Amino acid sequence: MKITLDNVVKTFDTFRAVHGVSLTIGSGELVALLGPSGSGKTTILRMVAGLEYADDGRILFGDEDATDIPVRERGVGFVFQHYALFPHMTVAQNIAFGMKVSKRKRSAAEIDARVTELLALMRLAGLGDRFPAQISGGQRQRVALARALAVDPKVLLLDEPFGALDANVRRDLRRWLREIHDELGITTIFVTHDQEEALDLADRVVILNEGRIVQEGTPEDVCRRPGSAFVTRFLGDANRLVAEVRDGRAHVAGGSIDAPGVPDGRAELFARPADLDWASGGAGIEASVLRVIDRPENRRLVVRLPDGVTAELDVPPETQVAAGDSGALQLRRASVFSLA
Amino acid sequence: MNAQRKPPRIGDSPAIRRILIAFVLFFGAILVVAPLVVIFTQAFSQGFAAFVANIVHPDTRHAILLTVLTALIAVPLNTAFGVAAAWAITKFDFRGKRALIVLIEIPFSISPIVAGVAYLFVYGLQGLFGPALQSADIKILFALPGIVLASMFVTAPFVARELIPLMQAQGRDLEEAATSLGASGWRTFLSVTLPNIRWALLYGVVLCNARVMGEFGAVSVVSGNIRGQTNTLPLHVELLYHDYNTAGAFAAASILTLLALVTIVAKVLLEKQGAGRASRPALAASTKPAASTEGAKP
Repeated sequence: MKITLDNVVKTFDTFRAVHGVSLTIGSGELVALLGPSGSGKTTILRMVAGLEYADDGRILFGDEDATDIPVRERGVGFVFQHYALFPHMTVAQNIAFGMKVSKRKRSAAEIDARVTELLALMRLAGLGDRFPAQISGGQRQRVALARALAVDPKVLLLDEPFGALDANVRRDLRRWLREIHDELGITTIFVTHDQEEALDLADRVVILNEGRIVQEGTPEDVCRRPGSAFVTRFLGDANRLVAEVRDGRAHVAGGSIDAPGVPDGRAELFARPADLDWASGGAGIEASVLRVIDRPENRRLVVRLPDGVTAELDVPPETQVAAGDSGALQLRRASVFSLA
Repeated sequence: MNAQRKPPRIGDSPAIRRILIAFVLFFGAILVVAPLVVIFTQAFSQGFAAFVANIVHPDTRHAILLTVLTALIAVPLNTAFGVAAAWAITKFDFRGKRALIVLIEIPFSISPIVAGVAYLFVYGLQGLFGPALQSADIKILFALPGIVLASMFVTAPFVARELIPLMQAQGRDLEEAATSLGASGWRTFLSVTLPNIRWALLYGVVLCNARVMGEFGAVSVVSGNIRGQTNTLPLHVELLYHDYNTAGAFAAASILTLLALVTIVAKVLLEKQGAGRASRPALAASTKPAASTEGAKP
């Protein structure tokens, strides 16, 4: 089912949560709405679900205008951040709930068969008689997903699906959700504030800030070609340096890098920790090491630049360096945005 | 380790502990136990046969029936009001929500006699609706409707007050989940909301019922104390007492006391189910790690 948002607006009291958002999500696509808290991502998801009504604009399901269809009839599967499992029902009863209350009558045998099938699909076999309080967080997440899928929704919507889970459970569930999505082919939208989660899981990432879409594209698009300083910083650690652009090249004290298409004048230059190289001497941006943080995969240097700015960079684990050393940085890659 | 040798915490020295416990027991005995004992000894002072005769006396029997009838009308109405108010306050956003919460609490802080007098001036002959009601030949004061209204005023907050904190803690997620799965509003209420508030609801109903049956002040003003007609049990106790019919008064009082004891037992049993507290482990557990299995009872 293709989903189209056409200039959707939502205001709470005086706070405008969503400013005219337009977005098309292809049938079978897995899309992440990514943004900091207050960016309007959950409000957009809830409007697609019908849990909030848009003040203006339209939401289309396929070619049908769904803007005013109540949530009950919209045919969406919604997975809540804290799962919202019915605590007084067993796992099997939770999964069966949607089928029992549906207008489409199903026989008890049909419901049982579907519950068993979903329990197996969600790797929950044998847990049907437990209550939500008796299973783990990751299992609850899967029950919530099974419950949402039981009524064959046109769209699957997930609000911070992994937010309440431990880091290692989260990674497993992420990969598994991707497998389920590929198997069922259902159009899926999920909301997250975790860029790693969005990049790991989604076909397409929609980055939001203050109720507006700031960039959308494949993970490759947004990572390799961030459209703004906000996107660059939001997607991961980045050092910010003030640069001067002349003839398509950005200059900082001790270094320069190509900045095609950026107008001449003051600009901000973002370099990720892996975009900087360290040398204990020679030409480059002067830096003195403040701290060395050792990590399994590399060493991270916290350095001070001549103008007092601190920067962080990653060097190979065998690099010999200690706090107090001086050296030079080379710019390998950077994103440059005009400040003019 | 010997418990005796542990250094006392503040206020934990044996002398203070004993004095404190003795003080509380002494006051409890004087304030609560002694009157209870007196009620039952006085009620049976002239023997069991006299007790039964007092109870089955037509006026007493009528008072009991009237009290039960009042409760049968007032409690369900106030339960419906309490559930509706709690639902509206916790599940919807609207202007004046805070004002409504305060409004519901008013009967708690107002003296019941004030409510009774106020009803006189609303429904009485010289009151707001008095002439209209009289011309329509509707009798509210000095009749069952007045007694029910006064009882309802006094007990209006009981159910809502139990439900609001609980339903606030539960949030709207469960209802939203049920609706998104295709359940109607009524179905959502019956199969999702109600099972999660049932103990708190029952707790509120029990307290509401006890108060309706025991209400004296407000009812005394609006009922007119007509023996055998508008006398509820608490009013009847007072009447018998003023008649110097001590055994009769205490026999009637013993029934109210029994009711209170039943209420207490019900209350304790309900509290074991987690009612009467804002956050219940059974509900909190659904968002916490699975370690605890308490509250998993169906």
